[in-house]
Amino acid sequence: MRHTISVLVENKFGVLSRISGLFSGRGYNIESLSVNNTMEPEFSIMTIVTTGDDAVIEQIIKQLRKLVNVLKVRDVSQMEHIEREMHLVKVKANQETRSEIFNIISTFRGKTIDITNNSLVVEITGVSDKVSAFLKVLEPYGIIEVVRTGSIAIARGSKSTTDFK
Amino acid sequence: MKMTGAEILVESLRREGVDLLFGYPGGVLLGVYDTLFDSEIKHILPRHEQGGIHAADGYARATGKVGVCFGTSGPGATNLVTGICNAQMDSVPLVVLTGQVSSDLIGGDAFQEADIIGITRPVVKHSYLISSPEEITTVIKEAFHIASTGRPGPVVVDLPKDMMAQKAEFKWPTKIDLPGYNPTVKGHLGQIKKMLRLLEGAKKPVIYMGGGVILSGSNEEMTKLSEITGVPVISSFLGQGGIPGTHENYIGWLGMHGNYASNMAMAEPDFILAVGTRFSDRSTGRLDGFAPNATIAHIDVDPSSISKNVKIDVPIVGDCMAVLKQALAEVDKYNWDKNASARKDWMAKIKAWDKKQPFGYDREADIIKPQYVVESIYKVTKGEAIICTEVGQNQMWAGQFYKFKEPRQFISSGGLGTMGYGFPAALGAKLGCPEKEVFDIAGDGSFMMNLQEICTAMQYNVAVKVAILNNKYLGMIRQWQNMFFNNRYSECCLDCQPDFVKLAESFGAVGMRIEKKEDVEGAIRESLKIKDRPVIMDFCVDREENVFPMIPAGAAVNEMLLK
Ligand SMILES: Cc1ncc(C[n+]2csc(CCOP(=O)(O)OP(=O)(O)O)c2C)c(N)n1
Ligand SMILES: [Mg+2]
Repeated sequence: MRHTISVLVENKFGVLSRISGLFSGRGYNIESLSVNNTMEPEFSIMTIVTTGDDAVIEQIIKQLRKLVNVLKVRDVSQMEHIEREMHLVKVKANQETRSEIFNIISTFRGKTIDITNNSLVVEITGVSDKVSAFLKVLEPYGIIEVVRTGSIAIARGSKSTTDFK
Repeated sequence: MKMTGAEILVESLRREGVDLLFGYPGGVLLGVYDTLFDSEIKHILPRHEQGGIHAADGYARATGKVGVCFGTSGPGATNLVTGICNAQMDSVPLVVLTGQVSSDLIGGDAFQEADIIGITRPVVKHSYLISSPEEITTVIKEAFHIASTGRPGPVVVDLPKDMMAQKAEFKWPTKIDLPGYNPTVKGHLGQIKKMLRLLEGAKKPVIYMGGGVILSGSNEEMTKLSEITGVPVISSFLGQGGIPGTHENYIGWLGMHGNYASNMAMAEPDFILAVGTRFSDRSTGRLDGFAPNATIAHIDVDPSSISKNVKIDVPIVGDCMAVLKQALAEVDKYNWDKNASARKDWMAKIKAWDKKQPFGYDREADIIKPQYVVESIYKVTKGEAIICTEVGQNQMWAGQFYKFKEPRQFISSGGLGTMGYGFPAALGAKLGCPEKEVFDIAGDGSFMMNLQEICTAMQYNVAVKVAILNNKYLGMIRQWQNMFFNNRYSECCLDCQPDFVKLAESFGAVGMRIEKKEDVEGAIRESLKIKDRPVIMDFCVDREENVFPMIPAGAAVNEMLLK
């Protein structure tokens, strides 16, 4: 089962390697990991997408909580939540195909952010299903490159991962 | 007044109550060593950093205090890695201080630079790289706090050379601010009551205790709980001493070479109260044969130990001592005679197993049996010595034939199984507990791995006794090759070995070779008279003796081989 885990960490030396090392050392899978500062510069939130049965996920959460620099761990996929990832897609586009591609982009609510004579760069945000569908439709035109962020997620409602006290 | 980083460090150690530490100097540590030169902290110079850290570990296990050791940058630090991992596996509180090249050189492959924080990351409880002299006091205070609380473990502090030279005001922190670190001490009362209710209703209950009982010093609480409830107690290998080894409720230790009764009993209980144990594979055997019908309650200070290997029905997170005290406060509210007759039958069944198949060996043999040496040490020391072990057959026989009265009496590398651990650990234990007799029950192979520490024992007049069960084999390897590899003794034969008597004497230590059974006890008695130096006893034992019972790899607890 796929789980999305939010981890609030102290921005201390080596914290990212402690977390990624925990996953590799114990044989847990990381599908994606994204991390950045919160509103308070001394903390970061990591969003980790992983897979495993219930026992594995329970261990992952417990092992994460054991790290001294980890303040809070939440399996947001067990709550109502919103998840997004962003892709930058470079696709072949010439005068003939460009308008067709624009149509597709607008259907998927993407944004064109760069145009050359024979290519476009599109920004598209969403859950992975939507993005996969988008890529599939673009495929025949010739995708040159795709760069994607990992998933980020936030729980619905008024509670925050950054409340740890 | 401003002090150098080195002075701040040493003063911080003193404030943490350190009176003894182990260390080996090197270029980047010269400033620290210059400060230590004037310090009242006693410094022990091992002859190899691995010896130093195992000695710190043995000191910590014997005394319950935090063990402290130094190693220089690069090779000094990498020589500590086995010792760090060893301490992590067995939950031993250590503060490991490593030299590091100057901050401005880090990352440039400087002379004797090693990323020791990176190298040790998977085997530490936590680690720090000092980045300003101002933070030294806070880091040291936190390091000792983290090492010694919750589930204990090693904390590495990396000390760049320039940080030791730069100056700052000495400010001792008044409190510890670690928002991500709050080990639970007291258990959830509702869960404790639930556990007691299940224990009350069980017909075939056992208590399965591990090293957590030793670490928390809750042996009296453990014993009381067993006595009040009448529940038999089985320990893990490192749980030995959690209740007295001679107690009528103590069945023995389970696992690969544990006793028959403990292993048989673990296939059948209807309820297990597990206390401070991590259900290691060496203890449980194949998991589907481990207590398949039992409801399990588990008390542990480390939540990740609960349901890691075996699914737990009643988790109780907390310090063993605190939770056992809570349980004892409730225990009178339950009826412990509820299933009296079923319980009596259960205990009788266990006792019958034990009677049928106790730990044993050929007592009539003329040759020295290794088990006889351990038994003789037990007899001569009246069960009161601290026993350290190496790894292999010697270790198993030490566990089988010495009965431990109390916690911190049995010191062995359980999780990592580090050959070469026992002798330096014995040195540390003796330095920590000079009034006690300390033995290293050794294998000839393992002893070779850290015997340079005889020199250390000489220098500081440490009267440890080493009892080499010399089978001229990597005995445990030979046993497996004998049992599972068609007697193909690939690289296990140690025919070529030093004359251990002369070797001891070359250091100025006492060496003895014992070739006859009738000389065994006398030699041990003789060794106890020597108070100022180590004694190396080379017991020439039956070379081909195997350890039994044995649960072969992949078998269940009740599928032991008995011969
Ligand atoms: C550092 C290390 N290397 C290898 C092993 C694997 N090993 C386990 S027991 C053993 C043999 C130990 O021989 P010895 O010390 O003579 O003890 P004996 O079994 O003969 O009592 C070996 C090689 C180990 N546990 N530790
Ligand atoms: Mg041997």
